[in-house]
Amino acid sequence: MQIYLPIAQISVDFFLLLGLGGMVGVLSGIFGVGGGFLLTPLLFFIGVPPAVAVATSANQIMASSVSGVLAHLRRGTVDVRMGLALQGGGLVGAVLGMGLFNLLKSLGQVDLLITLFYVVFLGAVGLLMFVEALGAIRRAKQQKPVRITRRQRNWVHTWPIKRRFRASGLFISVIPPVLVGVVVGILSAIMGIGGGFILVPAMIYILGMPTKVVVGTSLFQVILVSGATALMHAVTNHTVDVFLATVLLIGGVIGAQFGAMIGAKLKAEQLRILLALLVLTVCLKLGFDLALPPGELFSIAAVQ
Amino acid sequence: MRFALLIIAFLLAALPAAAQTVVADLSQSRVSITASFAGSHILVFGAVKHTEESRPKSYPVLDPIDVIVTVSGPLEPVTVRKKDRRAGIWINAEALQIDAAPTLYKIASSQPLEEILSDSEDLRHSISIPLAVRSAGAAGEVEDADSFVEALIRIREDTGDYEVIPNSVRVIDQTLFRSDINLPANLVEGDYTTRIFLTRDGQVVADFTRVLHVRKVGIERWVYNLAQDQALLYGLLSLAIAIAAGWGASAAFRYARGS
Repeated sequence: MQIYLPIAQISVDFFLLLGLGGMVGVLSGIFGVGGGFLLTPLLFFIGVPPAVAVATSANQIMASSVSGVLAHLRRGTVDVRMGLALQGGGLVGAVLGMGLFNLLKSLGQVDLLITLFYVVFLGAVGLLMFVEALGAIRRAKQQKPVRITRRQRNWVHTWPIKRRFRASGLFISVIPPVLVGVVVGILSAIMGIGGGFILVPAMIYILGMPTKVVVGTSLFQVILVSGATALMHAVTNHTVDVFLATVLLIGGVIGAQFGAMIGAKLKAEQLRILLALLVLTVCLKLGFDLALPPGELFSIAAVQ
Repeated sequence: MRFALLIIAFLLAALPAAAQTVVADLSQSRVSITASFAGSHILVFGAVKHTEESRPKSYPVLDPIDVIVTVSGPLEPVTVRKKDRRAGIWINAEALQIDAAPTLYKIASSQPLEEILSDSEDLRHSISIPLAVRSAGAAGEVEDADSFVEALIRIREDTGDYEVIPNSVRVIDQTLFRSDINLPANLVEGDYTTRIFLTRDGQVVADFTRVLHVRKVGIERWVYNLAQDQALLYGLLSLAIAIAAGWGASAAFRYARGS
């Protein structure tokens, strides 16, 4: 069954889209990440124009985060105050990111920008996660009790404007969360992702938040930033495709339920190793595409 | 006196047209893009009105009539970019703007094009693909402007947007002709010009033009217009719809699992 996407101006198979959303949903259910970093490149692959793919992914991520946050709010695993600080920074970052996106689009370098961001960030996060998870597996084999080496006083705790974040049990400056928010906001606007895969490690390793509130708070921040990104893309570029977003989302929600069931059967370290390998694979693929001589030197773009 | 001259001039001007003419039509004058649009096809059909001289007198016919049908999408300016290796990676370097390139261009003919159309006639009527892409004033901006135009044609031929389909017009008894032309699913809105050329001995002896209107209809039209004209409202609406769909799907899933 074909469905014509009014904004992307292409006709694609309805079940292909549903399956694509479902596949990304399964992965996001297993690993607890949004999956935007996989969805956007997959949309390029089925012929959705990059600008439409980025904008529509932002829309889809925002909506899927809402269902996630509701579940976390019921369990009380969202640090709303921290989330607001992150969101404040995130909005500034999203505006900056959109500016950069539109500037480079006019220079014809937006595809390069998106790809470079993917290579750098997927590579860094994938490597960190891989090394950390390998270490965890080695410790588990040696039967040593896992010691949480969360530094109670790192540089983050010396900055001014301190506030108490009760749900996280922290008393730190608001500047680091805002800065983290800015960075993730920029990435969200440029890469069409929620940024969970950057935000989660940043919250654990930089801000020192306890793991149990990290995922819920990350989703909370993603709602506002992705929503703002999708709106800005809709207003300035008219590139949000509501048909595409809705079909992907329905597939994604169903896939996420199955993913969560599979994820419950795997060990946490194994999950992290698998996710790290997945992230590194996508990174290597994109990196090779940049470095190897392309099959077709020329490309066509509509005149703005 | 003056009046008589005018009449003579008029008659002289009308004389070439008194050779054969062509009447033709399309199976439909508009293509509607609906939500389930998966491409379409149009039938181009027509007949040659022969005069006493042009009518085939002997069989086999010595100088048979051939038919060329072209379908051209709306003309749009495009930027063609060329990648170059800078600091170890391949990035877009040179760019050339092409003034007007059809979004779609199909040529159907009763014989291979080069056998039934002379170069000068091709030039006069802009029939073959390189002539349908207008790139006036393109030279000078980049070193090798021709290679950019060739690349545009090559890429669009690979995707099937530009296509030459020889031997796809059937001519029956030197009078009737018909051709089926497929339109792809990624059709862009606009007016598609369909031209029909009658050729004999490499010369165009008659031609005919019809316009095919391609429009989004129903919800497609509504969504597209809303996204362009009421962008903020559309953005909010698409977020709301996506949230509702996501929440609905997860509620349905929970219900289906009976918990």
